[in-house]
Amino acid sequence: MEVVDIDARAAKLGIDWSQVNFDSIQLPPGEDFGIESDDEAVYQDDQSEFDTGFGNIIVVDHLPVVPKEKFEKLEGVVKKIYNQLGVIKENGLWMPVDPDTKMTLGYCFIEFNTPQKGAQTRLFLMVEYFLRVSLNVWGSLQEAQNAKEKSHGYKLDKSHIFAVNMFDDFDRLMNVKEEWEPPQARPYVPGENLQKWLTDEKARDQLVIRSGPDTEVFWNDTRQKAPEPVHKRPYWTESYVQWSPLGTYLVTLHKQGAAVWGGADTFTRLMRYQHSMVKLVDFSPGEKYLVTYHSQEPSNPRDASKVEIKVFDVRTGRMMRDFKGSADEFSIGGPGGVAGASWPVFRWAGGKDDKYFAKLSKNTISVYETETFSLIDKKSMKVDNVVDICWSPTDSILSLFVPEQGGGNQPAKVALVQIPSKVELRQKNLFSVSDCKMYWQSSGEYLAVKVDRYTKTKKSTYSGFELFRIKERDIPIEVLELDNKNDKIIAFAWEPKGHRFAVIHGDQPRPDVSFYSMKTAQNTGRVSKLATLKAKQANALFWSPTGKYIILAGLKGFNGQLEFFNVDELETMATAEHFMATDIEWDPTGRYVATAVTSVHEMENGFTIWSFNGIMLYRILKDHFFQLAWRPRPPSFLTAEKEEEIAKTLKKYSKKYEAEDQDVSLLLSEQDREKRKALKEEWEKWVMQWKSLHEEEKLVRQNLRDGEVSDVEEDEYEAKEVEFEDLIDVTEEIVQES
Amino acid sequence: MTIECVNPEGLRFNQMKSSSHQTLETRMRPILMKGHERPLTFLRYNRNGDLLFSCAKDHTPTVWFADNGERLGTYRGHSGAVWCCDISRDSSRLITGSADQTAKLWDVKSGKELFTFKFGAPARSVDFSVDDHLAVITTDHFVGTSSAIHVKRIAEDPEDQVGDSVLVLQSPDGKKKINRAVWGPLNQTIVSGGEDAAIRIWDAETGKLLKQSDEEVGHKEAITSLCKAADDSHFLTGSHDKTAKLWDMRTLTLIKTYTTVVPVNAVAMSPLLNHVVLGGGQDASAVTTTDHRAGKFEAKFYDTILQEEIGGVKGHFGPINALAFSPDGKSFSSGGEDGYVRLHHFDSNYFNIKI
Repeated sequence: MEVVDIDARAAKLGIDWSQVNFDSIQLPPGEDFGIESDDEAVYQDDQSEFDTGFGNIIVVDHLPVVPKEKFEKLEGVVKKIYNQLGVIKENGLWMPVDPDTKMTLGYCFIEFNTPQKGAQTRLFLMVEYFLRVSLNVWGSLQEAQNAKEKSHGYKLDKSHIFAVNMFDDFDRLMNVKEEWEPPQARPYVPGENLQKWLTDEKARDQLVIRSGPDTEVFWNDTRQKAPEPVHKRPYWTESYVQWSPLGTYLVTLHKQGAAVWGGADTFTRLMRYQHSMVKLVDFSPGEKYLVTYHSQEPSNPRDASKVEIKVFDVRTGRMMRDFKGSADEFSIGGPGGVAGASWPVFRWAGGKDDKYFAKLSKNTISVYETETFSLIDKKSMKVDNVVDICWSPTDSILSLFVPEQGGGNQPAKVALVQIPSKVELRQKNLFSVSDCKMYWQSSGEYLAVKVDRYTKTKKSTYSGFELFRIKERDIPIEVLELDNKNDKIIAFAWEPKGHRFAVIHGDQPRPDVSFYSMKTAQNTGRVSKLATLKAKQANALFWSPTGKYIILAGLKGFNGQLEFFNVDELETMATAEHFMATDIEWDPTGRYVATAVTSVHEMENGFTIWSFNGIMLYRILKDHFFQLAWRPRPPSFLTAEKEEEIAKTLKKYSKKYEAEDQDVSLLLSEQDREKRKALKEEWEKWVMQWKSLHEEEKLVRQNLRDGEVSDVEEDEYEAKEVEFEDLIDVTEEIVQES
Repeated sequence: MTIECVNPEGLRFNQMKSSSHQTLETRMRPILMKGHERPLTFLRYNRNGDLLFSCAKDHTPTVWFADNGERLGTYRGHSGAVWCCDISRDSSRLITGSADQTAKLWDVKSGKELFTFKFGAPARSVDFSVDDHLAVITTDHFVGTSSAIHVKRIAEDPEDQVGDSVLVLQSPDGKKKINRAVWGPLNQTIVSGGEDAAIRIWDAETGKLLKQSDEEVGHKEAITSLCKAADDSHFLTGSHDKTAKLWDMRTLTLIKTYTTVVPVNAVAMSPLLNHVVLGGGQDASAVTTTDHRAGKFEAKFYDTILQEEIGGVKGHFGPINALAFSPDGKSFSSGGEDGYVRLHHFDSNYFNIKI
């Protein structure tokens, strides 16, 4: 079809091409109108075969075999089923009959409305598509496909389960060999070492940053006081990047889908996951699966937005399951709320097995298991009004919170449920509750529930904690109230792998910070307060991943105040400021901390690297700084005993590293000296050149100035380097021999 | 005044821990000169260094004693913001460029207006040639006219002064302002820089474009200021791209780049030590934070050769728009959006700074 024809047709239908955004038109998946795509990666080979023109015909098998009398009844039933799925062409249903027995043969052909053929250009294809969409009739090709998908496996009755195929697939099915041929085993090709970064000789950590169009991965080289580039790419991702939980992969987001990168030396693309317009991604904790999310704004603002979630196997790239539906099905917010669901929609159970994941929706918790990617026991758990769920980070225990109902007649409830048995391990009823927040300790030993309760007048709230000891018999619960129970709680954080937690409470701008331990010296079963620091400029808590150290940070409104605190000794190691800091992230080893000013505002974007005890190591400024993320490390293989042993004999090990440190610093100062020397020499050369030129031009200048000889600039002032030595103090010390 | 000295790594906030760090605190009181009611735009010393001329958005250029900051007089006559000025070698003539679409010649001593060059557009920058017989004046684009560089002959006797241009150079992009144009060595060239981020060297005789800064190494955003060395051998440009760059004036070779954290509005080079000073800050309209530190309204000192930051002089409550070194390099002054001129005489500690 010529472009002229297209224009003519468009004009006839009153379509203004300038109003049509071709990019916004999305062809349905698998639909190509018989036109081969040049993107081989997207379309498989079998789609390049000739179009037989039977694309709108399906074959329904496993129909009951009926005699002539019942023929019409059966025909009626089949028609009824398939009319729901598409428009059957007139006389489009043909059920062959055995000429001898006059019985049906147990199958039929159904032809849906004929699609328009002869499309040759992509433009025409778009015209077609646009027309169909605007007229709200979608071609029978899709109807057939749809009917096939929807009715395949349809149970007419116990013994008749439909087997539906496309007519076009017939040849393919006929050619299936009678005998099964075992697939050929391909020789094993070792892949790249995905863990190579862990074997860095200097035991450095990597971090990824995004600024402007660039995404860069660095080594954090604190000895050189500078980052060492690993890989840099402009437009590596179209929105953000994310490390997998064990650090093996870096995922990037694109229009077509997500991709993961990694490998031994530079970042190579390991796998792609097709999901157009993907917005968010999430890994399972053992990084076996990748969940991708896409939501589309509804054309009618009253409708809920459409959500599509896919779960991929990270290594094979295979899609394991996809979930489609309206946003309401994936969130508990009422209609008219935020567009899309709260992320992550699917929450993965703790541990590295990646066995279960759960979804919270209205009055239901759906727990899926990854063996079959279906619901456990094939049904969801009904929990009326549940608003929040939270997995234990290590076990398959789900904690859930149900708020008060019936105006306080039915108390609020926090419960622990064991998966997959769905047995309730423990539950607690709570009264006059306005809100609850659940915080698991990273090794799953404790669960803290922050409970906001109404005061008697119901005009204000106050907070307390319910502390669950998961690993103890019967899961005892302890109630903790702050010293001043009217204090507002600003932040809460468990010590990673530890038994302590920190709370910021009180009133802004100078709240207090308290530390508690789940043990006391005498009694391991009682919570005790360790210390309260009064009037701190802090609104966020950042524990070191190894525990013991914590940063009390005053982000944003507090201008980036940082206090590095040692909780073992209960002493401040350092106070510092990263002006306007918006983000803080510890490196996975707990040796260094990055503080960053991201482009929430435009000033002083960039990041600073600190040692764990608050010494500033270096600072990098980057305009339009969006993101910083340390590459996570998988858990150490060393046993706790071994780690303790190393900690005890640290002196033995540290000698070697101290020597290395010194070598590097010597080398650095040497390099620095040389660099300075070179710079000075280069500058001198310029100055010499300038002087001689100035001298050459002297006469001309004199003439210009009507003979005035006062080229005095050089004579009047002379640059001199003067060295001063100031004696500040002399002390005499008499050392007595004993 | 506080000059904070930092070690080569550029560590600034870590005074207590690092041993290599030194803090030089010199308590030198700057002289605050409040004579303008509007933001400062330009500062210039005369050749002897005894007078300081200031221009501001109020319409009155002012002359001060550079020693004690006493106000000597004003030059009344403009009816718009005054963007720029220059003083003749013998300190007898002053030329000013103003938004009232004129450039004026003044008698420095009497304050008398000698001549008015009329343009159809605001005059942005002015510069006397080596012999003071010529002046280069840039004008902005305005209704019907595009931005241009004009060369005027300056007569010995003001009676003979005429308004005709000897040469008019059109900027390639007439919609972009030419923020500064100065004479090259021996009046042979004119060096210009402006909003299109390019530096151009023109033949002052023929008006031919001789050189243009390389896009790769050059500024990325508007050039706001340009300051040349006393011997016309090199010059320093400041830009909104948060850098200042040092160029060879004859070959337009980029020699150094100084990077800071805020847009640069003003630059100056010490005639005495290898120091350059950058001033700037967030655009006044973009200053939204309540904390005065947020704007970074500091005059920052850099080592010319090593390109490393030496220290900063705080004080202005608003961006710095103008900077100038006295010809002996022993004092410098800064002019801010806040309407103040701050005059600093360095004390001995400044001359001892080692990095």
